[in-house]
Amino acid sequence: MTAETVTTPAPNGAEPPAIRYNFAYLDEQTKRMIRRAILKAIAIPGYQVPFAGREMPMPYGWGTGGVQVTAAILGACDVLKVIDQGSDDTTNAVAIRSFFETTAGVATTTRTADATVIQTRHRIPETPLKAGQVLVFQVPIPEPLRFLEPRETETRRLHGLGDYGLIHVKLYEDIARHGHIATTYAYPVTVNGRYVMDPSPIPKFDNPKMHMSPALQLFGAGREKRIYAVPPFTPVVPLDFEDHPFAVQHFAEPCALCGGQGVYLDEVILDDAGGRMFVCSDTDYCATRQGEGHTGRMSAPYAAPPATAATGAEPPIAASGSGDRP
Amino acid sequence: MNAPLLNAPLFPAAVGAADTPLLIAEGLTRYYGARLGCGDVNLTLHPGEVLAIVGESGSGKSTLLGLLSTELAPSAGRVLYRMRDGATRDLEALTEGERRLLLRTDWGFVRQHAEQGLRMAVSAGGNVGERLMAVGERHYGRIRAEAIDWLGRVEIAAERIDDDPRTFSGGMRQRLQIARNLVTRPRLVFMDEPTGGLDVSVQARLLDLIRQLVAEFGLAVVIVTHDLAVARLLSHRIMVMKSGHVIEEGLTDQVLDDPREPYTQLLVSSVLMP
Repeated sequence: MTAETVTTPAPNGAEPPAIRYNFAYLDEQTKRMIRRAILKAIAIPGYQVPFAGREMPMPYGWGTGGVQVTAAILGACDVLKVIDQGSDDTTNAVAIRSFFETTAGVATTTRTADATVIQTRHRIPETPLKAGQVLVFQVPIPEPLRFLEPRETETRRLHGLGDYGLIHVKLYEDIARHGHIATTYAYPVTVNGRYVMDPSPIPKFDNPKMHMSPALQLFGAGREKRIYAVPPFTPVVPLDFEDHPFAVQHFAEPCALCGGQGVYLDEVILDDAGGRMFVCSDTDYCATRQGEGHTGRMSAPYAAPPATAATGAEPPIAASGSGDRP
Repeated sequence: MNAPLLNAPLFPAAVGAADTPLLIAEGLTRYYGARLGCGDVNLTLHPGEVLAIVGESGSGKSTLLGLLSTELAPSAGRVLYRMRDGATRDLEALTEGERRLLLRTDWGFVRQHAEQGLRMAVSAGGNVGERLMAVGERHYGRIRAEAIDWLGRVEIAAERIDDDPRTFSGGMRQRLQIARNLVTRPRLVFMDEPTGGLDVSVQARLLDLIRQLVAEFGLAVVIVTHDLAVARLLSHRIMVMKSGHVIEEGLTDQVLDDPREPYTQLLVSSVLMP
């Protein structure tokens, strides 16, 4: 990672570049500072390291924390993938990917297996990650105790003392009110048997993927100016009760496009008559499977539509997946 | 429950049987800037003993309670406490973690305003269960059973277990506070005007309950009150404070029936008889 300068390509290739950015937008001193915070975060798994977050050319809440972490670790030969709720082609993903194409000139991909750095908003890819890959999470609120204890001084003390009874009060309240632990995303986890960590608003479906993952997982919170990390092969255990153990969501039907099972599905409303479909939230995984010839109930080209479908009288498909999704 | 403190005997010996004091304060002094909050207070409290601290507003009662319960740091003096393992230790020498464990296992604190002692947005069951979860209980069914048991002891109907304390009356909130504090079987409970702001019939029921629980669990209690009737009903000993100093102390009956200091005489004579 050298201090080379990347120039913005001029639109027609003839004009001299209008703006010259340092590699990956941030200046080298800032990247050093962020890397130091990242190293400390890796050394103390789950501990929130404060860092001097910079203003980024995007609003808070759009991934400023993740972008700064990515900028600090990106090298010229990295291959970057950016996903937003599992998708490579939504606004947030497209904008951040083109940001790094412009400012760092790195190669980008949508294929999970080909990427070395994956910046993500609220999902972990379905394709298992490998050693050497880095997953960068965008985090809105890094403090798992925030809604239970508003004072930052107090939450830091609670972390310091490992005093986590309070978070079980929240889980208790869930069971008392709903009969089960109703937290479905940002489900708190214990990292390496010490710090309780907010895994960012990923569905709890993805929590088991964090456990002993061969990939490095970094978390950046831009507004709150905190970085934390889960190093490779670190135990990540969701909090629960002995008689109400942690369980992930299950979906009653497979993906409507690729027939994938045991993956996280998005519900898509099709009409105002109860029509809906469930498709993979991970677009790369879905596209890969479709490319391999897998098909689902609604794959194109459509099979001859059943008579009921033509009249719109097709019964809605029942799914047991929780409706409360991030 | 995995906390070692809780594995010690739960019920201390009755009054008089234990010779070693539970709590000792030596020369406790607290200044607020140049003003004196509470000056040179010495006291000992034995297991099962109820000590009332009385005096008018601003006399330093609450400061003294804060010092004893380590919520305030003393300007001078120290507080010693006999732990469940039998060792008497200086509370200032405890680590923050030990102090917190002590506060939520071996001690209780019942506050005048229930909103300060309860989590108002958390159900009654969650309030009672919080201490259990804080010391490592991770079984929902057991926590709930314990909460129902304690709500029963403080005369709150079991069906209110999932209601939050905002829907409770003042008297119920105070009783819930007591249940929340006693669930870990503490040996020492601090009470700051527990009957303040309650009407007389509710007060009477609450006092009855406190007296019964104190006897049942052999609790040592330090109770701060300006209500001499409360002091007479609950306490064995009484300390009268004025301008930050203890001016008179002794057995409750002796002090209230035969006050020596002019200020105590004034206090006693100020009580209205209906």
